[in-house]
Amino acid sequence: MTDPAPSTVTAPSLLIGCAAGFSGDRTDVAAAVVDTLIARLGPIAPATGSDPTAPPALPRAFLIFETLAERTLALAQLRRRADPEAGYEPLLDLMLRPVLARCLAHGIGIVSNFGAANPRAAARHILRLARELDLPAPRIAVLEGDDLSAPGFRDLLRERIGATLDDLRIVSANAYIGAEPIAAALRAGAQIVVCGRVADPSLTVGPAMAHFGWAADDWEKLGRATMAGHLLECGAQVCGGYFADPGFKDVPGLDQVGFPIAEIDAEGRCTIGKSEGTGGFVNEATVKEQLLYEVHDPAAYLTPDVVADIAEASVSVVGADRVALAGVRGHARPTHYKVNVCHEGGWLAEGEISYAGARAEGRARLAADVLRERLPALDLRVDLIGAVSILADDTGRMLAATPDAGVRDVRLRVAATHHDRAVAETLGREVTALYTCGPAGGGGVRCSLTPRLNTISCLVPRDAVPVGFEMIREAA
Amino acid sequence: MNTIDPDGVDIVVPLYRAAHGRTGDKGDRSNISVIAWHADLWPLLVEQITPEAVATQFRHRAPSRVQRFVMPTLQAMNFVLDAVLDGGVNDARNLDTHGKSLSFLLLDMPLRVPAALRHRLVGPDAG
Repeated sequence: MTDPAPSTVTAPSLLIGCAAGFSGDRTDVAAAVVDTLIARLGPIAPATGSDPTAPPALPRAFLIFETLAERTLALAQLRRRADPEAGYEPLLDLMLRPVLARCLAHGIGIVSNFGAANPRAAARHILRLARELDLPAPRIAVLEGDDLSAPGFRDLLRERIGATLDDLRIVSANAYIGAEPIAAALRAGAQIVVCGRVADPSLTVGPAMAHFGWAADDWEKLGRATMAGHLLECGAQVCGGYFADPGFKDVPGLDQVGFPIAEIDAEGRCTIGKSEGTGGFVNEATVKEQLLYEVHDPAAYLTPDVVADIAEASVSVVGADRVALAGVRGHARPTHYKVNVCHEGGWLAEGEISYAGARAEGRARLAADVLRERLPALDLRVDLIGAVSILADDTGRMLAATPDAGVRDVRLRVAATHHDRAVAETLGREVTALYTCGPAGGGGVRCSLTPRLNTISCLVPRDAVPVGFEMIREAA
Repeated sequence: MNTIDPDGVDIVVPLYRAAHGRTGDKGDRSNISVIAWHADLWPLLVEQITPEAVATQFRHRAPSRVQRFVMPTLQAMNFVLDAVLDGGVNDARNLDTHGKSLSFLLLDMPLRVPAALRHRLVGPDAG
């Protein structure tokens, strides 16, 4: 299997930069990505004539923000319940304010899932921001169709999940929709596309489909662009973020780590680079780690757009901080959308107390024994932070197999879940009581009680989920 | 952890001196990449870091299934471990509900390396 040879007449390649890899990512990184895009795009050609009836040109490059993880949307749905104008990315303003004017001036489109549970409210926020910055109102499209939490979808979900659904208090239900409505919105003239739940790589595939005019069943090209999107979607993770390990994997300038920019050609092949003047690096190692991140069968990376195939992919350095990805294939897309249903899951109670100095680990282990005796109604997870914690298991097998090593600085953490808040609350009270009733020298108690969200996944037929977009012209 | 075999031919080192990797999660399933630092080390990874060996390393997590996908063109393997996240990001009581730290458990596995390949290993000998 080989990639197609570059044709003699090729459409200009497409630049897509990514300025967020999750909700809560750094908000001071987009400026360098946009600066780099502008430098590589060159000046805007002066408008020839000003025919008001001419269709608006497609953006020349794109900036994407990926801000939705598995549970982010359920949390956003809870915020929307409390406030009908909330439920989109809380950092939206901080992310866009530094770059919105330059993106609009230089023809850089913006595509993001920062609409979360309330894309329309996000669009209204962007329009307010544009007014505040004295910018002409951007053409914003809002993607629709992913939200299946309305009562009308209940039968569909019950058919797929079963009768267990009847006992659940649903918080959110969203289909991972794909690139087609993003591409359609861009072709209709959108400068900004605000999505809720779309598959992360679709934020890249949509712009590429619109830019190159690809058909929705051009599997090889969609497969390649999907993996370009996959490399972009976690932001700094392909640029030396989440990579450093001193002495083994040293990364320069990690405090200013750059964010990625993909150059995608008309066949969907990509070269990954990063924003100029930033730290980190892009090399074979960073690209391979990100390429396999959250992949299961490499021959079948499922998205709503395509089944991407990296079983025979390869990477090669083609310049400083530039790595080319080759050998990616694509196969016909799945017939169903993946749907995540989040529901209320009772309460998570956590409590911590620290022991230090001689026999600290022994005292922490004794405190854990006391808590187990005192809290028979709760199934306790026990961590001895500093000795054995996050690599261990909820059932305590690793802890039981790990003898007291005499660690002198240990933070005991216990955690339990319960559907009844009153029962869950007893954990915090018993941890606090260790001050006077537990082993010697315990200090620094912290306790928390948080509502839990659980998730069920299912597949629904594509035709049961109508998707589309709506242009939002002006703030109401 | 670096010990010389009696015959002086092989050394045993932690896997992280021969490979790097990252953990990802979806639901209650973890995937962990193991990527060779050098082409000369790649055959050792394929031979020794088997699904059975990984299942043993993760026995306290009681995986219901361990799959290994070998990608020679990337000199990388992808391990997919089912039911090792105590329910996944929304259910686990672990502080690290995603299991993001688990690549460091896998990369702690011992690897036998011919002494002639010692110069291909990364990090200090004492590492």
